[in-house]
This record gives sequence, structure tokens and C-alpha cells, in this order.
Amino acid sequence: MIVETGHFALVLALALALVQSLVPLVGARTNDARLMATGGPVAVAGFALTGIAFAALVMAYVQSDFSVANVWENSHSAKPMLYKVTGTWGNHEGSMLLWVLILTFFGALVAVFGGNLPATLRANVLSVQGWIGAAFLLFVLTTSNPFIRLEPAPFEGRDLNPILQDVGLAIHPPLLYLGYVGFSVCFSFAVAALIDGRIDAAWARWVRPWTLAAWMFLTGGIAMGSYWAYYELGWGGFWFWDPVENASFMPWLAGTALLHSAIVMEKRSALKIWTILLAILTFSLSLLGTFLVRSGVLTSVHAFATDPTRGVFILAILVLFIGGSLALFALRAGSLTAGGLFHPISREGALVLNNLFLTTAAATVLVGTLYPLLVEAVTGDKISVGAPFFNLTFGPLMLPLLLLIPFGPLLAWKRGDVYAVAQRLMAAFGGALLAVLATLLLADGASVFAALGVGIGVWMILGALTDLVQKSALGTVPLAVAARRLAGLPRSVHGTALAHLGMGVTVLGIVATLAFEAEHITIMKPGESTAIAGRTLRFEGVSPVQGPNFTETRASFVLLGAGGGKLGEVTSAKRVYTARQMPTTEAGILTLGFSQLYVSLGDPTQDGGIVVRIWWKPLVTLIWLGGLVMMVAAAVSLTDRRLRVGAPARRAKAASSPAGAKA
Amino acid sequence: MRRFCIAALWLALVLGAPAWAVQPDERLADPALEARARTLSAELRCMVCQNQSIDDSDAELAHDLRVLVRERLAAGDTNEQVLDFVVARYGEFVLLKPRFSARNALLWGTPVVLLVVGGVVALVAARSRRKTSTRLSDEEKAALDRILAESGSERPGSV
Repeated sequence: MIVETGHFALVLALALALVQSLVPLVGARTNDARLMATGGPVAVAGFALTGIAFAALVMAYVQSDFSVANVWENSHSAKPMLYKVTGTWGNHEGSMLLWVLILTFFGALVAVFGGNLPATLRANVLSVQGWIGAAFLLFVLTTSNPFIRLEPAPFEGRDLNPILQDVGLAIHPPLLYLGYVGFSVCFSFAVAALIDGRIDAAWARWVRPWTLAAWMFLTGGIAMGSYWAYYELGWGGFWFWDPVENASFMPWLAGTALLHSAIVMEKRSALKIWTILLAILTFSLSLLGTFLVRSGVLTSVHAFATDPTRGVFILAILVLFIGGSLALFALRAGSLTAGGLFHPISREGALVLNNLFLTTAAATVLVGTLYPLLVEAVTGDKISVGAPFFNLTFGPLMLPLLLLIPFGPLLAWKRGDVYAVAQRLMAAFGGALLAVLATLLLADGASVFAALGVGIGVWMILGALTDLVQKSALGTVPLAVAARRLAGLPRSVHGTALAHLGMGVTVLGIVATLAFEAEHITIMKPGESTAIAGRTLRFEGVSPVQGPNFTETRASFVLLGAGGGKLGEVTSAKRVYTARQMPTTEAGILTLGFSQLYVSLGDPTQDGGIVVRIWWKPLVTLIWLGGLVMMVAAAVSLTDRRLRVGAPARRAKAASSPAGAKA
Repeated sequence: MRRFCIAALWLALVLGAPAWAVQPDERLADPALEARARTLSAELRCMVCQNQSIDDSDAELAHDLRVLVRERLAAGDTNEQVLDFVVARYGEFVLLKPRFSARNALLWGTPVVLLVVGGVVALVAARSRRKTSTRLSDEEKAALDRILAESGSERPGSV
């Protein structure tokens, strides 16, 4: 009964989404306030109904109701409760339902917080949001319905894919979807502005926080996914340039560009047309990602052809929304007025440069991801585009951008002075140089590239701090005054510095791991020791362990320091999930400071030994800590005063220039 | 998330004959050759896997390829020769880094072309806007003169 209620609620949500798609839009065209006002309540009700549907599915999972096909295929009664709940979105149907839930959630947010938006803009935005919602609700109901029953009901479920039985599933997909789908709001705003044919300052003020929020979640989602893959897949990599990863990375790159161009638009009302285009492109990439992941086209073009309904449906949505919005853009962009003027050497110019590199990088990832499909479709040849390609193209594209980051926030709006900025960055440059020299001298066998890489990371971190030091006049005024000024800086300034610092931290982690990682593959017997990166790892022995729905062979190790002192214990295991008879590796990870020891088990040998792969990964945790810092940075920036206090008020235009000069 | 499903799928497939990426017994005694073998392995695709190099993969085929690469290196092949040999056997699909060729021109060209074209467009746009902004039309000049004249006449009175 609960399941049928959920199903019914989802059908109702579709009906409401259709209402939301049309009525406010018609209201905006005919200037009918009553019709426009329906948008808000309908959006909220649509969210509530989708929420009921989702809750019903979660209930079916919690109660292990195997009469529901989706639950039977992806759950098991012996599964721990956490994985019963998270298993709801650990499959195609459930994850699409989560996608739609988050979409309607954002629609409801616009409805609730959009009270002080211009009425027509609000109505248009909600309608566009309604189109997306209707399309995806229809997709779920017709091709991916999670509420289909089985008759007779099976006695036991087939269990969730063991690799997904992890806390990662509780965090990664929801964060990722909050990011992905969050950009739908930017898209809706862009399309609404195009429908309206005008963009005012209120528009920019509104788009930036939504972009910021979506970006924050997407950053977290990607970082979390990376860490999950790192510890779960058992070969210690943190980024694989897998098409599915690229699918989430492309919107991140475009979204980062959007975040920066939206600043220019908000502060200087320049780059309007570009920002609109970027908002459309960012969500288009989110849709493309959904298509790539959900259609199965990436696994093989043939997999797509054998069961095409889902793929074709999302492809249709993709063509409709991307094509439609770009056509609308082509029609209307000419009528939008270009905004403020600026010298190429200025904060605006720096942000344009940022956009140039980020969009080129996004395009590179896009072409690399789709090229094998393209070649196969056109010539029938099969080619691969993998990590070596992306490292070779993406790396050089990022390098100048990373080097220039510290300059951006220090440049003045309209017309900047590079030499003055360079002077102010002297200390940061000196620090980076010291880091390069220290790396060359202290780290054994450090290559020049590795040292320069460390230097770049340090340069970014110190550059970000320089921004705060300069703006609080630390060192030129008494400490107390500087501290007061620092605290009084706009939160967005803190956010900027923190985000750039986080990026530097991530870069430092990546460089250190790639350049100074030590790997050792060997066969060990209980009691034996092996050396890794100046430390000693002793194999204590193996023991069998019985888990709730798996059995595992657990190997324990002890890590000893150079002096023989014990640094810590680590266990690594091979697990077999009983329901699917599927083995997984549970890597043993020991965190020491920011570095990690990573132990992964291979096969037992005939003479009682076991193959062990050991990595020493220096500063590896910085990769994800940097992501965390970026998330915090976005949250800090979101609490900026101008976003809290009457941000979207229509008088915003008058207030924009002094605020711009200050920041 | 999907990659986990896929990874799980092939893990299940290779369950019957589990091997481990780079087995201890595969390695070459010469560290320089072994290092080259690792570099090459990272550029070769495990053809039965989903976007995995033979260096990372547990599959039987990846094991065979790793051994093959090492055999060729031990026989004195250059890196290029080893890749040519593997491509001749398995086709270009095996390369994770596609070759520079006419067919792959779009792939390799996109970053460069976009960066250059985008840069030029941005620069031209900035310049043209500056030009139009520095020159005032006759009407604007007249208006400006008028305003200046008005403010000039006001100033003595206002102080």
C-alpha cells in the first residue's frame, strides 16, 4: 500500500510539474498576477509529492519488501540498515528518483526564497524548472519506474552490489546530485532571462548564490567520490579519467567558470551574454553527464542499441533542452545589451582569462570523453582515450591558470597594475621559491618537475593568504586594527581566499602523491617484514572474520618507524559477499599526519605467503582536504552580507558599484 | 557511481581466475627496464576492462600483455617499437593515448584551437570595446560641453 501511495504521488507530481510548466509562464506573458502566483505553491507541492514517493521507496527498502522488483534486485534482508537506506539510490531507478527529488527541492527553494524576485522572472524561472521536472518525472515513470511489483514476491533479495555497500554511497551521490541538479536553477534563470529579453542586476545577484551552492555540493561530491574510489577499488588511484568521472567533472569546470563570470556580471554588469551562455552550458553538461551515465552508451555503443528506451528518452530530453535553450539564446542574445567596459589588464580581464582556460579545459574533457563514440559512429574504428591523453592536454591547460590565480583577486577592477600586484606577491613568490629549493635539497631524488609542482602549490596557498594580508593591511597597521579589518572584510573575500587556498592544498597533495609515492609489491609470510619509504611493515598474520552479509580474510600489519618504534597498525582484507559470491578488496589505510600507508592484498601463494601491494602516499589526504576547504569557502561566501540582506532587491543596481570597488 | 558497478561487474567476471595487477613474478630484474615497462603499461588499455590500463588491471589478458611488453623490452625493443608491436596485434584500441593522426586531429586540436580562438576573440572584443569607448560622438561631445559649462558656472556659487 505504501508503495502504491508512492507511485501515485509520483504521478501527481508529474501532473503538477505540467501545471508548473505552463501556468506561470502564461501568467508572465499575459501579465496576470494570479496565474504567475500559482508557480510557488505548485512547486512546493510538487516537491512534497516527490518527497512522499521517495520516502515510500526508502520504506520499501527499510522493510526489505521484496515484492518490489527494485528492492528485490538491489537489497538483502541481512544487509546493515545504513546500506538498506542508501541502497535506495544505489541503482538506476532509485538514483533517478533522487535526481528528480533534488530537482523539485531546488524548485521549491526558488519558490520559497524567491519572494522578492520580480514577479515575471520568478514565474518564468519556476516554469522552466517545471519543464525539466516534467521531462524527468515522465522519464522515471515510463522507463525507470522503481515501484513495479513482483508476483509472487521472492523470499530473499539479490543484495546490493558489494562495492556500493559503503558510507560513500550515503554521501557521494546525494552531494553530486545536489551539485549537478543545482545548476538547473542557473539554467532556469538564464532561460527565463532570455524569455524576458532582459537581464538586470537582480538577475546576477540571484544567480551567483545558486551557482555557489551548486558548486559547493558538486565540489564535495567529486572529492568524496574520488576518496571513495581511492579506498574501495584497491589500487590506490584517486582520479582515473573515467568517462563517468568526466561526466561530473565537466559541469564542475564549467560551473567554476560560471561562478567567476557571474562575479563580473554582478559587480561590473559586464560579460552578461557570456554568463547566460555559460549558465546554459553548465547545466547542459550536467544533462549530458546524466545521459552518458544512465544510457549505458559509454560502456559500449552496442549496449545502447540493445536496450535503447532509456538512452533514447534521455537523449530526447538532452536535445530538447540543450537545443532549445541554445536556439533561444541565438534568437535573443542580440537584444541583450553588453555591459561595462574594462581594460584587458584588470580584475575583469583576469576573470575572462580564467573563463578561457576553464571552458577550454571543459571542452577538452568533453571531446576526449566523446571522441571514441564519434570515431566509432563515423568510421567504425574503435579507439581509446584514457588517462595519458587527459594528463597531456588537461595538465598544460591548468598550469597557467593555477599560476595566475594569486594575481586575480589583487588586481583592481576596470584597470589594474600588474607590476604593483607582482610587487605585493613578492613574499608569496619568495616562499614558493624556498619550497622549490627545499624540495630539491631535502627530498631524495626529487625531480625538477616535482619541485616546481610543490612550488606551484605553495605559491597558490601563499598567494591566497597574501590577498587577505593586503586587504587587512596586516604589517602596516597595528595588529589589533588589522585583525579587526580582517574580520570586517566581506565574507565573499574570505571565501575567495579560502577557495583559492583549498585549490592550492589540493594541487600540493596531487603533486606530492604523484612525485613522491613509493610502491612495493612483494610476497609476505606471517612474521616477515618489508621496507617501504624508510619505514618497516611487519605482517602479523591472517584471521577469518564473519560479517553480517560477508566473510572476510583479514590480514594485520604493524608499521614501524625508522628507529623501530611502532607507528600504528593496519588491517587489509579480502571480502566475499555471500549473496552474490562476489569478492572485494578492503584496502588497509593508515593515516600518519597528512600521509597515508595503503596496503592491498593479492592472492595467496602456494607456500603460505600472500601477495601484498604497499604504497606510501605522502600528503595524499591534502587532495581531499583541499576539496573540503573549497566547500567551506563556498559556504562562507554564501553567508556574505549582500546575499543575506535584501540581496535581490530591485534597488540593487544602485548599490553595486561601491561594493565592487571595495571588494 | 557507475564505475563501481562496472568495476564490480568485471571483478565478478575475473573471479574464476583471479590475478593481481603487476605480480611479483612478472617483474624484470633490471630496474630501468621495469620502470619503462610500468610507463608503457600505463598507456596500454586492458581490452576486456572498462577504461583501465593493464598496469591497474587484474584481468588475465592484462597479465598476458604485461608479460608481452616485458618480453619485448628484454629483447631490446624501444618503447615505440613495443607500442607498434602491440598495436599491430590488437589495433589502436589498445592505446589509451591515441596517436597524432589525421583521424585524431579534432581530438588533439580542440584544446589548442579553442584556446587560441577564444583568446583572440576575447582580446578583439576588449579592444573594439575600448576603441568605441574612447571616441565620443559629436552629440556626446556637445552634451559633455554643456554639462561641463553648467557645472563650471555652478561651482563658484556653491562654494
